[in-house]
Amino acid sequence: MINAKTKLNPKLFDADVEKLPIRNGFGEGVLIAGETDPNVVVLCADLTESTRSDGFAKKFPERFFEVGVAEQNMATIAAGLGVSGKIPFIASYATFSPGRNWEQIRTTISYNDSNVKIAGHHAGISVGPDGATHQAVEDIATMRVMANMKVIVPCDAIEARKATVAAAKIWGPVYLRYAREGTPIVTTNETKFIPGKAEIFWESKKPEVTIIACGTLVRSALLAAKQLEKEKIGVIVVNNHTIKPLDEKLILEVAKKTGAIVTAEEHQIAGGLGSTIAELLAKHNPTPQEFVGLQGVFGESGKPEELMEKYGMSVKDIVRAVHIVLKRKK
Amino acid sequence: MEPLHEKKLIHLEEVANHVREGIIDMLFEAGSGHSAGPLGMADIFTAMYFHVLNHNPKKPNWSERDRLVLSNGHICPVQYVVMAYAGYFPVSELKTLRKLNTRLQGHPHRGSLPGIEITSGPLGSGLSQAIGMALAAKLDKKKNRIYCMLSDGEHEEGNLWEAVMFAGKNKLSNLTAIIDRNNIQIDGNTENVMPLESLRDKYESFRWNVLEVDGHNIERFVGAVFEAMATYEKPTVIIAHTIPGKGVDFMERDYRWHGKPPNKEEAKEALSELRTLGNRIKSEHE
Repeated sequence: MINAKTKLNPKLFDADVEKLPIRNGFGEGVLIAGETDPNVVVLCADLTESTRSDGFAKKFPERFFEVGVAEQNMATIAAGLGVSGKIPFIASYATFSPGRNWEQIRTTISYNDSNVKIAGHHAGISVGPDGATHQAVEDIATMRVMANMKVIVPCDAIEARKATVAAAKIWGPVYLRYAREGTPIVTTNETKFIPGKAEIFWESKKPEVTIIACGTLVRSALLAAKQLEKEKIGVIVVNNHTIKPLDEKLILEVAKKTGAIVTAEEHQIAGGLGSTIAELLAKHNPTPQEFVGLQGVFGESGKPEELMEKYGMSVKDIVRAVHIVLKRKK
Repeated sequence: MEPLHEKKLIHLEEVANHVREGIIDMLFEAGSGHSAGPLGMADIFTAMYFHVLNHNPKKPNWSERDRLVLSNGHICPVQYVVMAYAGYFPVSELKTLRKLNTRLQGHPHRGSLPGIEITSGPLGSGLSQAIGMALAAKLDKKKNRIYCMLSDGEHEEGNLWEAVMFAGKNKLSNLTAIIDRNNIQIDGNTENVMPLESLRDKYESFRWNVLEVDGHNIERFVGAVFEAMATYEKPTVIIAHTIPGKGVDFMERDYRWHGKPPNKEEAKEALSELRTLGNRIKSEHE
C-alpha cells in the first residue's frame, strides 16, 4: 500500500489524474531559485518558452542570456560564470545538452568543478511525435559517469520544482532530467524531497520484490504494485530520484528485505538507473534483477503511451518483469 | 596598467629570454610536451604577467584580479614559467611538469595550481569561458578585465565561432582575445590544413575591434592592449603574429616542433643559443 508518510497525491491512481509537463517544474523552480539567490542566472539555446525559461527571462532579464542555437557555447559560457560566483542553469533539450556538448561539460564544467546546473528537457521517448532525434535516452549514463557530476531525475512537475530549487543550493555540477509531456502528478507539496535520499512510496505487508524507478516510470511502478497486490504479490516501490549520489543505504536495505529487484526507467538499460543499482548490488549483495527500459534500440515518432507500450516500458512490462524476477529468486 | 617606459621594456625583454630558457629546461626534464608555441608566446606572456595584468601572485583568488584565460592549454609551459617567475609558486617546482602528483598538469587544470583560471587543452572552449567571466564581471559591476589567449589552429573549432558571435552581440568590451598567429598546427601549416584567413575580416564581421601586432614587439603589444582598454562598444581581438619556436634557430618556423620536446643535445644547443642571445655574448657561456 501507499506509504502514507510520503503524502502522495490521493488521486494518483485515477484515470483523470491531473497531468502537467515536468518542465513546468523547472520553470517554477528556477524562478524561486532566482528570487532566493541573486547569483542564479539562466542560459538558453533558442528554446526559452519550450524549456519554461521564459518566466525567469521576463522577471530577471539582466540575468538571462540567450545564446542562440549553440549548446557548446552555452555550456562553456556557463562554466566561466560558474567559476565567477554565479549559479548558472543551462536549458535545452537533453539530446543537445548534455548530448552535443558532452565534452564541454566534461572538461569545463565537471573537471573544472564549476557550479553549473544542466537542465536537460525532452528526456526519454515520451517526447513522442518529434521522433528519436529528439528523444534523449542516453543522458543518465553519459552524465553519471563523470566525476563531480550529480544526477537527479524528478518524477513529476512538483518534484521537478523541488529538485530545481535544491540544485541551486548544491555546490558543483548537477544534471537535472526533465520529461516533456503532461506527466501525472504523483507527489504533493508536502512530499519530502531530499537530494540523495530515495523514498519508499509503496510497501506491502510482506514484500517479495522491490521496484526501483525514476522519472515518469515512478507512477507506472505504483500502478504495477497495485495490480500485483491483487495477485497477492507484495511489493516495495522506491522513488529513486537521485541517481548520483545513490542512496546506497536504502537500496541495500530493500534488496536484503525482498531479495529481488526490478528497475524501471525511461532510458537505455545500459548505463542508467538499472546499471547504477546493479553495480551497487553486485558488490555488496548480488540480487536477481530485471531491467525495464529501452533495450538498446532507438525510439521513433508516435504518441507517448504508444511508444511506452511498443518499447517495453509500460505498467504491463513492469508486472511481467516482476513475475520473471520472482522465478529467478531462490 | 602603467605606461611602458624604456627601462621597463628592456627589463621585460630580458625576462622573456629567461622564460625561454625555463621552457627548454622544463620540457627537456618532462620528456614530452609542446615546444614551438610556448617559445613563440614568451614575449606576450611576459608582458601580460609583468606589466598588463592587475593581479597579486600572493593572493591568486583576489576577487578584483584581471583574468588570464589560456584556451590553448598545450602551451602551458610558457604560462607555468612566467607564473613561477612572478611568484605564484616556487621556480623549483617547474621540474615537476607532467610528473605524478604534480600541480603542473600536462594541460593546465583549475584547482591544481593557484592562479590557473580554467582547465584547458581540448581546443575551442576557452573564449566561451572567458565570456562567462566577462558577463559575471559586468553583472557584479566590476572593473577587472578578462584576457583570453587563443591559438590560430583552434579557430577550426565550431565552439570558438559560437563564442565570437556571442561576444560581438553582447558588446563585451571588458574582454580581450589574443591570438597566437604562428601559422602552424600539428598536421602542418594552418593555411594548408584549413585556411583561416582572413581572420581580420572574420572577426570584424562578427562586430569585434581587430588589432594586429608583431607578437615579439612587447612595446607594440602593450600599446594594443591599451587601445583595447579604450574601446567601449566592442570586444577586441589582438592578432599577434609570432614565430613558432622563437629564439631557437633550429625550431623557428618548423611545424614539427609543435608537439615535441627537445632531447638532451637539442636542449643544450637551444640553451646555449638563448644564453648567448644568438651568439652575441658568446664568451661567458662557452
